[in-house]
Order: sequence, then C-alpha cells, then structure tokens
Amino acid sequence: MTAKPLITLKGVNKYYGDYHALRDIDLTINEGEFFSLLGPSGCGKTTLLRTIAGFEEVSSGVLMISDTDMSGVPANQRPTNMVFQSYAIFPHLSVAENVGFGLRKSAMSKAEKATAVEDALQMVGLAGYGARAAHALSGGQRQRVALARALILKPKVLLLDEPLSALDRKMREQMQVELIKLQRDVGITFILVTHDQEEALVMSDRIAVMFEGEIGQLGDPEDLYRRPNSKRVADFIGLMNFLPARVADDVSEEVAAKPAKPLGLIDRLKQPFAPVSGPKALPEYKLGVEVQVPGLGRAIVPTSQVPKGLRQAECIVGIRPETLSLLFAGEKTDKQTVDATIDEVVYYGDMTYYDVRIEGIAEPIRLAMKNLIGRPVLEVGVTTKVIWDERSLVVLAPE
Amino acid sequence: MKRPRLAMSERRRAALLLSPPFLYAVLLLALPLFAIVLFSFWTQDFMTIDRTATLDNYREVFATEKWVPGAGLWENLQTIGNTIYLTLLGRSLYVSLFVTAVTVILAFPVAYFISFHVSPSRKSLWLFLITIPFWTSYLIRVFLWKVILGYNGVVNASLINIGLIDEPLTFILYNINAVIITLAHAFAPFAILPIFVALEKIDRSLLEASQDLGETRLRTFFRVTLPLAMPGVVAAVLIVFIPTIGDYVTPALMGGAGGQLIANMIQTQFLALNNAPLGAALALTAMVSVTIIALVFIWLNRKWLRART
Repeated sequence: MTAKPLITLKGVNKYYGDYHALRDIDLTINEGEFFSLLGPSGCGKTTLLRTIAGFEEVSSGVLMISDTDMSGVPANQRPTNMVFQSYAIFPHLSVAENVGFGLRKSAMSKAEKATAVEDALQMVGLAGYGARAAHALSGGQRQRVALARALILKPKVLLLDEPLSALDRKMREQMQVELIKLQRDVGITFILVTHDQEEALVMSDRIAVMFEGEIGQLGDPEDLYRRPNSKRVADFIGLMNFLPARVADDVSEEVAAKPAKPLGLIDRLKQPFAPVSGPKALPEYKLGVEVQVPGLGRAIVPTSQVPKGLRQAECIVGIRPETLSLLFAGEKTDKQTVDATIDEVVYYGDMTYYDVRIEGIAEPIRLAMKNLIGRPVLEVGVTTKVIWDERSLVVLAPE
Repeated sequence: MKRPRLAMSERRRAALLLSPPFLYAVLLLALPLFAIVLFSFWTQDFMTIDRTATLDNYREVFATEKWVPGAGLWENLQTIGNTIYLTLLGRSLYVSLFVTAVTVILAFPVAYFISFHVSPSRKSLWLFLITIPFWTSYLIRVFLWKVILGYNGVVNASLINIGLIDEPLTFILYNINAVIITLAHAFAPFAILPIFVALEKIDRSLLEASQDLGETRLRTFFRVTLPLAMPGVVAAVLIVFIPTIGDYVTPALMGGAGGQLIANMIQTQFLALNNAPLGAALALTAMVSVTIIALVFIWLNRKWLRART
C-alpha cells in the first residue's frame, strides 16, 4: 500500500497564555489510515485533534490538509468532521434531523437527503431510528448517530475524541470492532484520541504516544509494544517490569561448538592452499549487546532492542509480564531460569498474575501465566523458578 | 407495633412541614382570590353591598348599553364594545406586550454575553451587578426615571447642551412611552436571569458540532443556540408579561393623563369610587385575559418547537 500523506503538521506549537500545550509537533497522517493519538490526560492529544478540526488555531507552525494550508480556515470549511466525546447530539432534533444537520447547504433534493440519512443510519446499524427523539437514545446509539452525522458529509478525515470512553466495557469492545470495520468500508482517514492504550493497540494502524505536548513515540502497535523507545512509553503501554541494569558492548558469540572450526578470512589468506576439510556445519553466532542485569545475570539482547548510543552505561531493562513464566513442578526447560519466591497472586480467570521476589532485585517482578489445563495456581510463599528469555529484554536509557 | 407508629410519625412530620406554606397559600392567595370572584358577582348599593348574584358588573365592563333581558343573546352580544374599561384593558395589554418584547429582546444579548463571553469566575459578579437596581425600592427607581426623563431632566438637559435639540422633548414623560421605558428597565433582570440559565445549560460542544458540520456562527445561533434557549425565553416572557399587566405604580406616576392603565382603574374602583364589585370584575377580566394570552403563547411556542422536530 502506498501511503499518501493527507495531513501534515510541521513544527506546530500551541500556547494557552504561558502554557505550552503542543511542542514542535511534526507529524504526517496518511490517507485511509486509522491513526491514534494516545496519551495520559493533559498530554495535548485533544488539543492536537481540535487543532486539526479547526477549533484551535496553531500558535506557530503549519497544518496542511490535502496540501492546503489550514491557517485561517474555520472549522466549518475544513474537510474534517468530528465525533465528540459527549457525542454532542442536538437534543431538540430527531435522530434523522441530527444526521442530516450538515446537509442543509448540499444541492440534494429533499428526497435524496432523506435517502442519504437513511443510508447513513443503516451504515451504523440504526436503520429505522430516524423519527426517534435524540434525547431518548442510549449511549451506544448516540455514538452511532454522531458517527452517521459526521460520515454522511463524506469528510476526508473523521476525528474521534475519546468516542468510547463513556460506554461500558462490553459495548466498548463491540464498538471498537465496528469502528475498525466501518473505517475499512468507508476508507476515510480516522484519527482517534484515546487514553486507553488497549483501545489504541486494537484499532490503529499507527499510534503517536504523546506526553506533555510532545510526541514520545510514533509507530505501529507492535512497534510500540515490543520496542518502546523510552520508559514512559513502555510504562504507558501495557505492563512492564523495570530493572536497573548496565549495558556493556556489542558482542558476537558463538553459540554451539562446531565439529570443525572453519578458517577465518585472515587464516585463509595466510594459508591459501589449505585443504577444505569436508562438509562442515556453519557456526552460529549470537549477535547482540551484552547487558548485565543484577538478579537475572548476563544477557545478549538483540541490537534492535538497545538504543544506539547506549553502550558501557547504566540503563533500565524492561520485561513484559507475559514474556516471563514460572517453571511448574514436573516441567523442564532449557532456557535461563532464576530462583524466585511468590509474593502476590492475582487471579483473573484466564490468566494469573504473580508478583515474585528474586534475589538481587529490589522490587517484586510481575509475570503473567495463562491458566492452562493441569496448571495449578501457586500460593504466596512458594519458591519456584522463573524462566526468562534474553530476547524479550527491552533496554531503555535511564530517565 | 412499632412500624405503624413510625409511619404515622412520618406522615405527621410531612403534614407539619407542609401545613405552614399550605395555610399561607390558602389564607393569602386562595381566599382573596375567592373573595374577588365572589365580589365580582355582587353589586355596590351606595354604602352597602348587595349580595344577590348578578352579572351586572361584567355587563358594565363589556357592554356599551344596558343588557335587555327580553332580547335574544345575539342582540345583547352585539352591544359588546367600546367601553372605557375595554379601552384601558386593550392599552394595558398593548403596553405589557410591548414591554415584554422590548425587555426580552434587550435581555437576550445581555444574558448571551454573560453566559458566553464572561469568564466563569466573573459570572456571579456580573449577575450580582445586574441585581443591583433591586437594592433600592421600586418606587424610588420610578422616581429616578422621572428625573431622567423629565422636562428639565437628564436626557433633555444633555441633548440641549450638546445642541441636538432646542426645546425639551415632551414625548418621553407623562405618556405611554415613559411607562414602557420604566417598566422595561424594572423587569430587565427578571428576563435576563431565566435566559441566562437556559443558555448556561447548553452544552458548548453542540455549538462546535454545528460548526464542524459546516454551519457559520450565525447559522449555529439560529439552528442550535436559540431553539435550546427557548425555554428560558418563554419563562422570561411570562415573568415579564404577567406582572406588568397588574402594575399600577408606574402608569400612575409616569403615565400622565393618557398613560393610565387597567390597573389604575381597578385601584380607582376599589378606593376612590368605592365600587369593589366592579373593581373585582375588572380584576378578574384582566386576569382571564392574561391567562388566555399566556396560554396561547405557550401553545404557539410548543407548536413551533414541535414543527422543528
């Protein structure tokens, strides 16, 4: 898929008096993309969305939508439509009038408008609701009306300001799936603002994680989850254990001893006529960065998981709970293990979260185990072994 | 038997709590109203009151000629016409409607400004400032308007000094205009407050949604703000319209000879002419007229709102 940029922000700043709400935002959002702005409250994500919608003017910098500079273009003339957090359904109008609100100036005839409204309602699963009073709708239905009302105008961008935060969990999960489907069907760029990392991971093609008016990291969900670039991103997205550690240097170690050691390049230059000693298995090397983690030991972490400039320095190592596991009685492993004592057990039904104490690590480490058949839920105080994998370590610069 | 006693005591407590306002309402509202209704069907017989039930008072209010008992209903209905009472009632209704329109139209921008353009921390200060005129008595405010609008008053003196006029304007005092100006000022806060409350209740994201959907600010005002502020406007209209009909201080002091209203006539009947039954009939007529107009207004408004939805 070729990504065609639709919205471009260059050096966008926004001040409210002395308060610096957006700091030098550089961002490109592509056509047909489901893009999420994720961050804690007050990080500027809603301000950024409202800037794109035209409710806030940028203090400096350029905002372009389809190669048109948006400075001085009011909200009612931008090719964007918004689904508000409160849905902003007009209480004095019926469902159909709400959906058709933006069609006043369109050239369509009355009958065409009515058809368009019915189609839009159909699209969001509210066919036949047109005559209802808007104030009599449930939260989920209001949400759908707000969606239909925005999409009927066929905007280039649909802006969604925490659209699911007011719904209960079941409804939220259902709407997430529906929104993804809807976005695929209509092919419009969606920009979603959310503070719910799970929602962002589930729905988005790309996510920008924002902190204090800046974009902390920009990437696809897997990127953000597996390769967070800072402790605050790692901390915000999912659960992560943080351990103090030290980065040594790049290493390449031979993993398994091979029957015959092949000649190195230098050796071969030295002995150009040495006999080739039969077919040999090529040696396997482990490339990576050596990291010493107190309590766990020495690890070779894939180079991609270590920041470039960080060598011979203190660091923080992040481990996701699901990448650790307990060694249950009767099970065997050839991976690295470390002794641990169970400190806390939190049972979730499908999963059990354990907090374990490992000698040499100050804070308890959290790990998540699937409750597979035959696997007991261990009790507090039990000593066991924790299996860890050096490939799962994320090395982060200390803050 | 604890529970029944508890229930009893709760009931008794409710009765205790409710009885003072209930008694108050009966004594000071229902009884006088009932007395007025009763009086309107009696007649004044020089010094005493004739307590035989009759419609004579209403005939006098409505009919130019004496009711002829022998003639048919239609002939008698045709005598309804141009009595002094109906003239005064008509003038009263005109003044009240005019005052209401002026007050509400002027109050709306003030309420809008406070609700939309005053920072939240300053709003209570603004509302407080609006109620400042109430610190002085109504009578004093009316007299103040006399000073402002009088022959040698503030307005005329200023205009003459500026050189805009050579002689004092006379159409601003002792006529209906003066009554309208004074009443509109006196009732302004009563109109501003309900409109302000209605505007405050409007979710601001609705206005953004309207603009987001392609409407200008002006269009948004007419499509969203005004319809949603309508309950406040209706309240303001009723709050201003109903009491202005009954006001007799302002027309008495500001109205001059041609600016007297139905309330003045009622007062005259009760006090100066010692004809309480006719006064009562006039009061009831005025009350019923106001009620009818208010109901028609509410009905029209409902119909208008329903036509939009």
